[in-house]
Amino acid sequence: MFSNLDLQQLIFGRLSLEAIPYHEPILLVTFAVVALGGAALLGAITWYGKWGYLWREWFTSVDHKKIGIMYIVLAIVMLLRGFADAVMMITQKALSVGVNEGYLPPHHYDQIFSAHGMIMIFFMAMPFVTGMMNYVMPLQIGARDVAFPFLNNFSFWMTAGGAVLTMMSLFVGEFSRATWLGFAPLSGAAYSPGVGVDYYIWGLQIAGVGTTLSGINLIATIVKMRAPGMTMMKLPVFCWTTLASNAIIVTIFPVLTATLALLSLDRYVGTHFFTNDYGGNAMMYMNLIWIWGHPEVYVLILPAFGIFSEVTSTFCSKRLFGYTSMVYATMVIALVSWLVWLHHFFTMGAGPTVNSFFAIASMIISIPTGAKVFNWLFTMYRGKIRFETPFIWVVGFIPTFVIGGLTGVLLAVPPVDFVVHNSLFLVAHFHNVIIGGVVFGLLAGVQYWFPKAFGYKLDPFWGKASFWCWLIGFWTVFLPLYILGLMGVTRRTQHFEDPSVQPFLTVAAFGVFIIMAGILAFLIQLFVSYLRREKLRDLTGDPWDGRTLEWATSSPPPPYNFAFTPVVHDLDAWWDMKKRGYDHPLEGFRPIHMPKNTGAGVVLAGLSTVLGFALVWYIWWLAALSFVALIAAAIIHTFNYNRDYYIPAEEVVRIEGRRMAQLAGRA
Amino acid sequence: MHETTPPPGATAPVFYEQEEHAHGDGGTLFGFWIYLMGDSLIFAVLFACYGVLGRNFAAGPSGADLFDLRLVAVNTGLLLLSSITYGFAMLEMDRDRIDKTLAWLAVTGLLGAAFLGIELYEFAHLIREGATPQRSAFLSSFFTLVGTHGLHVTFGIVWLVTLMVQVRRRGLIVENQRRLMCLSMFWHFLDVVWIGVFTFVYLMGVMQ
Repeated sequence: MFSNLDLQQLIFGRLSLEAIPYHEPILLVTFAVVALGGAALLGAITWYGKWGYLWREWFTSVDHKKIGIMYIVLAIVMLLRGFADAVMMITQKALSVGVNEGYLPPHHYDQIFSAHGMIMIFFMAMPFVTGMMNYVMPLQIGARDVAFPFLNNFSFWMTAGGAVLTMMSLFVGEFSRATWLGFAPLSGAAYSPGVGVDYYIWGLQIAGVGTTLSGINLIATIVKMRAPGMTMMKLPVFCWTTLASNAIIVTIFPVLTATLALLSLDRYVGTHFFTNDYGGNAMMYMNLIWIWGHPEVYVLILPAFGIFSEVTSTFCSKRLFGYTSMVYATMVIALVSWLVWLHHFFTMGAGPTVNSFFAIASMIISIPTGAKVFNWLFTMYRGKIRFETPFIWVVGFIPTFVIGGLTGVLLAVPPVDFVVHNSLFLVAHFHNVIIGGVVFGLLAGVQYWFPKAFGYKLDPFWGKASFWCWLIGFWTVFLPLYILGLMGVTRRTQHFEDPSVQPFLTVAAFGVFIIMAGILAFLIQLFVSYLRREKLRDLTGDPWDGRTLEWATSSPPPPYNFAFTPVVHDLDAWWDMKKRGYDHPLEGFRPIHMPKNTGAGVVLAGLSTVLGFALVWYIWWLAALSFVALIAAAIIHTFNYNRDYYIPAEEVVRIEGRRMAQLAGRA
Repeated sequence: MHETTPPPGATAPVFYEQEEHAHGDGGTLFGFWIYLMGDSLIFAVLFACYGVLGRNFAAGPSGADLFDLRLVAVNTGLLLLSSITYGFAMLEMDRDRIDKTLAWLAVTGLLGAAFLGIELYEFAHLIREGATPQRSAFLSSFFTLVGTHGLHVTFGIVWLVTLMVQVRRRGLIVENQRRLMCLSMFWHFLDVVWIGVFTFVYLMGVMQ
């Protein structure tokens, strides 16, 4: 009997049939839907014989454009998951008042709010932003690819591996109940003995490696690979914000990695970093995790600011107002972002001196941000504004974001913060800036650059429907939460005794379905646009009369982006080229040096994911095996010196000839 | 309004380059510098933790009770010496002498291995005396900081052996020179971190 048990433990660790949540109807139904959908998808790919195509053209691709698109697909899938969590949370809150307990027991509810936050930041917003930067930035600086193309592919698959591990917790075991940042000591072994926090840790560690490497990659690309003539002060604003965002990434993600490693040591080895006994210090976890956590929001918002800047100047047919101040504002925000983390726990009791420093630093951030808002407004002033789909997101963003920013300044005042700390007011504030800023920006970016990536515009009707649902839905959800927060209602609450909060929560729950309509409209937009793609087709490569270099090449761009490396004379390089009579080169094409595709990224990330799974479930033999295999695979990869090839000149002539024919056919 | 048309008589602007330029390799070294900066932030976190927890003995042993400075001094000497021998390897690489490069790399690897051996001996000794990482927050942060440095040295040695095989197989080609440069930066970086560990953990630990 006992030897039997030991053998099972040896092979499966703490994984057993008990870990499959077949007694939870919600999860069972979810699993059935996911399994059916997944089987249908995999079946369809097999039926149409697309596996080889996907493997060769996408999974192993080192092309920054394809990797960017894969990041965004991942982000949209994870948006659906994170949003499902949001719907469950708010409906539970609206129902669970007084005698009614709602339909989610605390054990389940706590997993949902932890998963919602973690997934939305790490696996929705981060891949979305990274995908956008990956796709657009090399085109804007006139480069052929990023500085380290293989690393780019590897980074994507590590992010995807982390997402897979996190999703797995839905059906095998459980997820963390210790909030989206895994606050210690709640996340320690004493209070969270199950696998939930371990899923959280390893999901983040694996994705974190990818994020750090992609940060290094994109910085090196901007610094080393700009087209000739593109001095730093001729760099498009989106590239500046990308640079700032990645500079923050490479300084904060190592902190996250180290912090989570210390938490895992506490959980796996029994050390005392964040425990209550033997000299551990839980507040150190708060400090470390927020040293990562606060700059992280600027990692997300700065590229969104960049997108708004590009969209504003394009659709106002005008050079961006105050480019220089925009650049300095971006860099000042990045700098100060490292100095404000403590405002997340003014209530820690560090005393007035410390709190004052961080309060003032937090308030200072609103100055460069305000400068940016004025720059956008002055760009619109006397511009020839075209209210196309990308631009209406800017119009929705500015008032929404300003209100979110103002409530942020309120929260930066420590006496106010003591009153509304951990309340729904705070929840409304950060959703206000993250949805109103980051998500609106990313969706504007999708509308703006979709024709570049696929060669046809997105359907404007469904785009506008999506925008209005998002905007109205957002305010319907979060205005009541602001009010509730001021009334003192705390966040992460599964049940309310006081019936007076219910009307507000009901309105908020209603609003979440308006946002759902916005997401559905977006998906319908993608589908409808695909069906109507011949009508929406753009053959010029420049559908919006754009200003920066990505519009100088065809849509979708050829693998090498530019047949000849562009030479830049002006900030709005493509605008300058159009104004001064640029002619597409017709001859003199040469072979183009490009990096080769490789499957090594998929293999390494796959092994990392297996390693993560084994560590979550204490399957030590599998952990050791996959670790050794990981090292071996990495070493074997370094023995491959054959990493590049030439696109022959004839191929370039053929591709460019087709493009010329398209341009001529249009004229 | 800025100028939109070139003045009459001016030559037409050049909008693209006819020549193909190979991308320089400066990107790799630059990228590796950024990586090292990120890695030093991991150490910064561990140093900060040691700074906060380094006096939390939980009624257990302190640094003054545990550390054998003479042993650590020998170890420090070994690691510093290995940085010098790596420098010799790089000098030989510049002279394009494969065998001497490999010989100095081998010496470097052996010095690194000796460093690790002494560190493991020290850890085993501490654990035998009951000063385990679980004993107190001080020991948790001590073992983690020193152990993380040791793990880096271990990976450095694995990398070094891999590179020796690659240099043996393909010679000192541009790719291998670049890789040796990266490892060189990594190895010296570990030396710098160790100076911090030696000062901050060991010297200041026995002074209290």
